[in-house]
Amino acid sequence: MATQVNPTRMELTRLKKKLATALKGHQLLKNKRDELMRQFMDLVKENMDLRVKVEKEIKEANLDFVLAKAGMSEQVLKSALMAPKQEVSLEITPKNVMSVDIPTYQIKTRTQDPSDIYSYGFAFTSSDLDDAVTSLADVFPDMLKLAEVEKSCQLMASEIEKTRRRVNALEHVIIPETQEGIRYITMKLDENERSTQVRLMKVKDMMLEDAHHYSERS
Amino acid sequence: MGDYDSIYGFAAVGLTIFPTDGLSDEEIARLIRQTSEGCGIIYMTESLMERMKNELQKYQDKISPAIIAIPGVSKNTGIGIRNVKKSVEQAVGSDILFENK
Repeated sequence: MATQVNPTRMELTRLKKKLATALKGHQLLKNKRDELMRQFMDLVKENMDLRVKVEKEIKEANLDFVLAKAGMSEQVLKSALMAPKQEVSLEITPKNVMSVDIPTYQIKTRTQDPSDIYSYGFAFTSSDLDDAVTSLADVFPDMLKLAEVEKSCQLMASEIEKTRRRVNALEHVIIPETQEGIRYITMKLDENERSTQVRLMKVKDMMLEDAHHYSERS
Repeated sequence: MGDYDSIYGFAAVGLTIFPTDGLSDEEIARLIRQTSEGCGIIYMTESLMERMKNELQKYQDKISPAIIAIPGVSKNTGIGIRNVKKSVEQAVGSDILFENK
């Protein structure tokens, strides 16, 4: 055993308490890990699907923007998008899932109509730009959802890793070590008791011998 | 956040854009630090994310900001998908879900 323990009754009581706590903690952490894992699996699948979808849509939108850019001069394009009409503000509410704080997002748009996104007059810009801006606006709700899910996944993954380490540390180190300590102390105490008993018996024999002189009589 | 060509469209949707063309790594790191105080989500092009990988690690365990990779016009590295796989690996121990993707 790596650590030396004092073979005393007090230490034994302490170790027994420690073992009970460790066993309870192990069980609880194990349950936490399993539940976290279950939720994580659902979330991560959603994350992957969303990511694939969003990436595809953004790539398409980018293509639209390249087209739009080809159709008009850079100055016109820049000035068209220079002063955005829409502004998004984000509100983050933390949600507690098995002691992990994951964010949930609500967005507020500046104008009443969220589709009010064209910050330019239609006279000097090509319709490609309209298409591009629309396609991006369509992806945006998914992007928001993706951010929420992906961040949750990251936070949960690190929490699962931490919990798993704790469970393993308890299962393979703390609990066996404490059990070993308890065994050692019990054996040591039993041994002490036996030797005390033997000593007492011997002393009793010697005292009786002194009083009655058995050996001389026989 | 990313090169101007990849992100200027997002201004129309209402997002604030931070072009990083011509900025050095330290300048971008400072920009990320500053924006992370006021923003809940930072969408970042994959190429920039790949470049600032080490800097971004310290934001990983914080609830805000969420730094999310998006594909840019060019130099996409697939880091977004890779990050999802990394989460699975971190949680499960090995990538059992998306091995084939």
